Amino acid sequence: MRKLSSTWLNIGFQLLGVILALAFTTLILVLAGAPPLQTYGLIITGAFNSASGISNDLVVWVPLILSTAGLLITFSAGLWNIGVEGQITLGAIFTTGVLRIFLDTNVPPWLIILLGILAGMLGGALWAILVGALKTFGGVNEIFGGLGLNFVATALTLWLIFGPWQRPGVGSMSGTVPFPERLWLPQIPGLRMSIWSVVLGIAAVLVVYLLLRSTYLGLKLKAVGKNVRAAFLIGIPTSKYMMISFFGCGLLAGLAGAVQVVAVYHRLIPSISSGYGFLGLLVAMLVNYHAIWAVFIAFFYASLNIGAIQLPIVLKLDSTISGILQGMLVLFVLMVDGVRQRLLKK
Amino acid sequence: MLIETKGISKTFGTGSSAVHANVDINITIPSGMIQGVLGENGAGKSTLMKILSGFIRADSGQILLDGKPVDIRTPVDAIRYGIGMLHQDPLDFPPMHVLDNFMLGQDGRLILDPNKARDELLRLEERFGFSISPESYVDSLTVGERQQLEIMRLLWMGVQILILDEPTTGISAPQKEVLFSTIRSLAQEGKTIIFVSHKLEDVELLCYKVAVFRQGIFVGEMQPPYMTEKLVEMMFNKAISLEKHEPSTMGSVNLKMSSLEIEGYRIHINAGNLELLAGEVIGLSGMEGSGQELLLRCCAGLIRPVAGQLMIGSKNLTGKPYLAFLENNVAFLPASRLEEGLVPGMTLMEHFILAEKSRGFFLDLVDGRTRANDRISEYNIHGTPSTPVESLSGGNQQRALLALLRTPLNVLLLEHPTRGLDIESTIYIWRKLKERCSKGTAIIFISSDLEEILQYSDRILVFFSGRVSPPLEAASTSVDQLGQLIGGKGWEVFSRQGEENAKA
Repeated sequence: MRKLSSTWLNIGFQLLGVILALAFTTLILVLAGAPPLQTYGLIITGAFNSASGISNDLVVWVPLILSTAGLLITFSAGLWNIGVEGQITLGAIFTTGVLRIFLDTNVPPWLIILLGILAGMLGGALWAILVGALKTFGGVNEIFGGLGLNFVATALTLWLIFGPWQRPGVGSMSGTVPFPERLWLPQIPGLRMSIWSVVLGIAAVLVVYLLLRSTYLGLKLKAVGKNVRAAFLIGIPTSKYMMISFFGCGLLAGLAGAVQVVAVYHRLIPSISSGYGFLGLLVAMLVNYHAIWAVFIAFFYASLNIGAIQLPIVLKLDSTISGILQGMLVLFVLMVDGVRQRLLKK
Repeated sequence: MLIETKGISKTFGTGSSAVHANVDINITIPSGMIQGVLGENGAGKSTLMKILSGFIRADSGQILLDGKPVDIRTPVDAIRYGIGMLHQDPLDFPPMHVLDNFMLGQDGRLILDPNKARDELLRLEERFGFSISPESYVDSLTVGERQQLEIMRLLWMGVQILILDEPTTGISAPQKEVLFSTIRSLAQEGKTIIFVSHKLEDVELLCYKVAVFRQGIFVGEMQPPYMTEKLVEMMFNKAISLEKHEPSTMGSVNLKMSSLEIEGYRIHINAGNLELLAGEVIGLSGMEGSGQELLLRCCAGLIRPVAGQLMIGSKNLTGKPYLAFLENNVAFLPASRLEEGLVPGMTLMEHFILAEKSRGFFLDLVDGRTRANDRISEYNIHGTPSTPVESLSGGNQQRALLALLRTPLNVLLLEHPTRGLDIESTIYIWRKLKERCSKGTAIIFISSDLEEILQYSDRILVFFSGRVSPPLEAASTSVDQLGQLIGGKGWEVFSRQGEENAKA
């Protein structure tokens, strides 16, 4: 009975967090001179009103859920993998590289795409392992290591775009030369969405869900995350498991980068990660280790991104307004949870 | 300044696991007094000092300064009332300059006046005969110098009542002399000194009177001339007696130390030679921080020895990592159950699964639940497989830790295996441990409970400031003898033996 009421209390507090986030965002809208109701209406219609709206949501959802799923692994091990952005970027770079290598060969396109995706996963994993190695062997906190490597990844992208992988003539911020359509993940006719990438996203969530729920590996990662000292004394080689969690997250972040190349942009562009790594951090924080919830929260966040796109055209309002709501949701939900714990302690 | 406490009480935790750290403490300390406070670990002396200095608040009771009741909520309040505390580990800032550190805590000034502060610092140094350069970094100072700096800082902040917590731990003999003369001169000018220590000798040498604490209770006071035996009795007297001592049957050598030396943050331990036999129990006795924790953790592979050799069975594991020790059936049970032993947020069943060797990739939850249920009933843990460990009581957590141990074990290393447990749980846990001994496990354990040490050990090592006694036969050692050794008295007997051991 007591447990039940505390569950309702928790839900009540989380709802309060959502309401506060909406209230704060509304306040910002009012201050910016925008009509709040119309703005929210536009976001909703933009995101859900048409098949292309929903398919666009899914285009954003796939890389977002991939990076979120990866981050759930590192979060479980108690690690703040801020470097996820760079890992997405490296995934995209590796995929682009492999696609370029096989561009003018007779290798069947499906194989090139597959190799490209695998290479992307490898690239993300390597970049993540680097963060892990810096932490384990160099004593560099993963937050600093990851942040540093994010900058390096961005610089690397720019160098490739304006250097070795330059478009014929002069390099441009619009990226490398687009790949021919045979090297794209097959798309649904008339829409930007590829059913294959959605399958990849769902598969990744399921794998992470099973991993954390029903495997020794997942249980050990959780033990490391919740009490690294006790986990070590129980006999878990904690450094090794931290590396494994970075590796796992890197694989999925790399996959997100690969999807950005083979299913969305079909080339390497300067901000190929589109901030989905950071957005994934927000989603992962919000769902508190629950992989299945992440599916829906990530979709909600993706649809906010898409829904806000037409705001500049209709209301002369910057589309970053969706970012405010996304950020505020996390802040207020976490804050309300902190308040709840404080109140319950007394 | 006259300081009085009236009926100070403090309880940690609730229900059956509640610890009464201070029970109705009434104490009066006039100005100019050097008041000693004696007591074993957990006797409540630190709790009282933390209440006086504002780190924690009492549940009930009053503090009076010069007869006026005061409300001390934070350390800042305490300083404002003139109460300052020198912590055992000085609360200073190693990466800062001495002068910057000295100026910290000065109230209500926007702009610093380093020149004035420097003059003040040098004046204080001259007065007490210290010599610390204001420009040097705090982390280049010795512990003794850091204490001196902290004392000067507190004095400059206008402290009238100075609490010193175990100040003679880890400082050199000349520094101790300087410290004592400083304390005496401060008392002479009317400051009130509270000197918390477990070192009988220091207390007897310095203090004008001594208060003894035991299990949260203020037992009584003594003035010179001090009777050491009486003080020891006041500190360690135990009302409850445990079971009869039963010697173990012993087998082969499970652990062997040769000329083992360990270095800690402030101490160097010369553990020498020791052979631990199968079935044997060795108790490590001494005040916390005297080196026994380091030796135990060294035997577990958690700390590397700086010299010597450590054999487990016939294998030389010197310098090998902890996991290698674990593979050779050495187990270590830490004192802080929820910090190092268990994983808060995870269930009993998850713990039992983790402690087993993984079989395959996927968890077998059905099997895990069955095994968890078996262990829970075997070890009499009040919980279910899905109980999160943090919601268990202390005794149940300890039994859970025991239930997590692998079988067979060659060496079992226990830090305070029964700390905070009631007598019933204590007896239960030792019965389980002795069961393991009868199957060939050798045990080394630390306890601050002398009765427990004498009761369950076959041999005892006493630690005092990094010194290790030769193994004493438990059967022929008395509580009194042990108490004196822990307080640093009666070590002369070993000096000759000790030298021989060091040579061997």
